[in-house]
Amino acid sequence: MKYVILIHSNRMSQEVWEQMPAEERGAGLARYAALHEDLDASGELIVSEALGLPPTAKVVTVRDGATMSTDGPYAEAKEYLAGFFLVDVDSVERAVEIAARIPEAEFGNVEVRPVMDLSAFEL
Amino acid sequence: MPSSYERLEPLLRSLTPEVLGALVRRYGDWQTCEDAVQEALLAAAVQWPRDGRPANPKGWLITTASRRRIEMWRSDSARQRREEQDFALSQSELASAPAVDDTLTLLVLCCHPALTAPSQVALTLRAVGGLTTAEIARAFLVPEATIAQRISRAKQRIKADGARFELPPRDEMPARIAAVLHVLYLVFNEGYTASSGTSLNRVELTGEAIRLARQLHSRLPEDGEAAGLLALMLLTDARRPARTTADGALVPLAEQDRDRWNAAAIAEGTALVTHALTNTRVGAYQLQAAIAAVHDEAARAADTDWRQIATLYALLSALAPGPMVTLNRIVAIAMVDGPEAGLAQLAAAGADPGLAGHHRVAAVRAHLLDLAGQHEAAREQYRLAAQRTLSIPEQRYLESRAAR
Repeated sequence: MKYVILIHSNRMSQEVWEQMPAEERGAGLARYAALHEDLDASGELIVSEALGLPPTAKVVTVRDGATMSTDGPYAEAKEYLAGFFLVDVDSVERAVEIAARIPEAEFGNVEVRPVMDLSAFEL
Repeated sequence: MPSSYERLEPLLRSLTPEVLGALVRRYGDWQTCEDAVQEALLAAAVQWPRDGRPANPKGWLITTASRRRIEMWRSDSARQRREEQDFALSQSELASAPAVDDTLTLLVLCCHPALTAPSQVALTLRAVGGLTTAEIARAFLVPEATIAQRISRAKQRIKADGARFELPPRDEMPARIAAVLHVLYLVFNEGYTASSGTSLNRVELTGEAIRLARQLHSRLPEDGEAAGLLALMLLTDARRPARTTADGALVPLAEQDRDRWNAAAIAEGTALVTHALTNTRVGAYQLQAAIAAVHDEAARAADTDWRQIATLYALLSALAPGPMVTLNRIVAIAMVDGPEAGLAQLAAAGADPGLAGHHRVAAVRAHLLDLAGQHEAAREQYRLAAQRTLSIPEQRYLESRAAR
């Protein structure tokens, strides 16, 4: 089963991160590295990426066939997506276990969403 | 008109376990041998259509894989010289080696208990099934790098665990065979449940699972569950032609055009499960196959022997209980004793932690309410189920029922 683990951040959690002493931040990054290593070893990781901060975002709209792209209005948004993991695991419990190991879970919040598939059913 | 590679593919895949077995028997290091065999298969896929099929395909693959294996070791030149001498000596011996059957050993090794299920599946499909990493990746809709990593880590893990290329002790065999059956079941299920999706470039996983289950059954003819699993696959896959409409929408069992079911597969599956149930110890795959057989033998949905299905589900509940078994049993009971009886049981079962909030409870309740003539209440339950399912085709179906 595939799950996407969404790492939500906000200005406050970003400040916490920025003001963190270097060694503490290093420890956080080491936890990320260890998580990646474990997920590679178990074969559960499909992809994971960290995303640029909201000021780097473009918002795209198509109106009457015309494409418009503006700098994201989301700079002011309280919550924004900071990164994600796409994993392929045996159960939702396992996906939650992985999400709990993401450092942001301690000061931001991390969301686990199942990926819909094309599986059929018998009735 | 199939391409020349498509015509070659079944031969290449059927030779994979024999070629790998021959190499491992000679050189011992099955991790490297597995990579070498994979490369030899790719070389054959390129060269044979161009240069013609060799007179002895198996010998060609063994020779090529042996050479590739040496190339992989080339960094150490002293070792290389030694290896090449070995190679020259061993070629005639290898090509004429008796066809010792390594399929079972390979299956058991690939489904090693130290591995996660996705890793067992990937390794089995490559080492025994002869699929390429790219084909496995497409089949499971994940990036090729993910599968490559999964396979290489799985092989390291098996090596670290000290497993050897031989069958485990007799007392460990039942658990190891159960793991193999589970992996083949997963492969089949992945292929079967996804068959309504975009199948472009996707390897036929159901066909592959049936082929491997057939091989396992032929090695273990006395194993009732190996027979049961093969029967279950055949009896389920037999309905595939009637299971989707031209535009990919799912057709429920009750509404399928049964003339389009595969009669030969049904006959073979029914014979297999009948023999297994009569002669071996009963197991969960046999019971599921028996249920599929009862469905398949009804010429019309209305002819279905629901009483027998309810009995089989009762046995399955005792042997291998699970939330889906409970729900299916309730449907069967409703078909025998009426929808109200089913709804009453469903109210009790819905409190089970494994079923609480599950969309299938709402879907079954909707179905039973419909049968009971309570269409408005049924629509509400269909909507509820549609919001919670994770299957896109199922969501389409449930939404269409809610809109009726």
